[in-house]
Amino acid sequence: MKTRRLAPSVNAGSMADIAFLLLIFFLVSTTIATDQGISRKLPPKLNDTPPITIRERNIFRVELNQLNELLVEGELVSLEDLKDKAISFLDNGGGVSGEACSYCRGSKGITSSDNPKKAVISLQSSRETNYETYIAVQDQLVSAYTELRNREAMRLYGVLFTTMEENLKSVHYDGDKAKLRERIKHIQMMYPEKISEAETKME
Amino acid sequence: MSKFRKKQKVALPEISTASLPDIVFMLLFFFMVATIMRKDILMVENKLPMADQIEKLEKRDLIMNIYVGKPSSRYLGTEGRIQLNDKFAKLEDIKPFILSEIASKRDGVKPFLITSLKVDKKTKMGLVNDIKKELREVDALKINYATIQGGTTNNIP
Repeated sequence: MKTRRLAPSVNAGSMADIAFLLLIFFLVSTTIATDQGISRKLPPKLNDTPPITIRERNIFRVELNQLNELLVEGELVSLEDLKDKAISFLDNGGGVSGEACSYCRGSKGITSSDNPKKAVISLQSSRETNYETYIAVQDQLVSAYTELRNREAMRLYGVLFTTMEENLKSVHYDGDKAKLRERIKHIQMMYPEKISEAETKME
Repeated sequence: MSKFRKKQKVALPEISTASLPDIVFMLLFFFMVATIMRKDILMVENKLPMADQIEKLEKRDLIMNIYVGKPSSRYLGTEGRIQLNDKFAKLEDIKPFILSEIASKRDGVKPFLITSLKVDKKTKMGLVNDIKKELREVDALKINYATIQGGTTNNIP
């Protein structure tokens, strides 16, 4: 017993100093990860793709000019109205018979899109357009799709589309992930995200 | 009563600092885990635009970074420039850069590589479109416009 009591204890007083030193180093060198953003897929090489013809009514033309002004179908529009315009275009569902859209709630006008599966949003920008404006427009267009997808997911499965996507990524989700993936795919098929930045020609 | 009197006599004990290292270590571990060493030293201004509809990129080793912006105050120039790794680059340098990045990755992950465009918000679209054209030519079609979470309404002047 006596020998054990005599065992010298290591002085841990400087431990805090060492830890502080390391802490300050990491504090200074830290950059919290900011790898997030809007993902896009570029169209393949120019000469690989034969020109595709799309009916004019299925194209939603969004244009950004050199003064950062937003033009939708040739008309000047403010950024706040873009989302609503995109939604009413995508959700129009004016097609008949084979192209009819059973879940669309739009006005079924004959000048707007046949079916969300056919509808394409064409985004053109001038060389002088600001990147920030461009991203704002991209963001609004994506949010139009998200809103429509949310609505359909709510109707079919009683959950928001965004929640479904979060669940798919989450490790704590205890439902059937294969089924969830299937559902997400189904919703995505109902409103496929078609934002084209390719050059379009009017016929 | 005598019990209480006894206590009053005792001088205030010093606060033990024995748990201080533990607290500091806790913080230390947090920062060690959260830290990502920045590989590239930025030579261009890089204030990212804001957006709401964003996706997080999970795997950092699958990301190829292209920085675009006007040169920071240490360097000359006000036009938008491209930075690859840690030097300024010209438009023609993008193709070899992407190809060498792809070649340095394992075969299994090659189809999942994403090019992250970290573009300063004041950049003109002309340059961005040129970069996208270069990327299309080397079949690096998956891109991500790096943004900060936030409302877009203040993006338009």
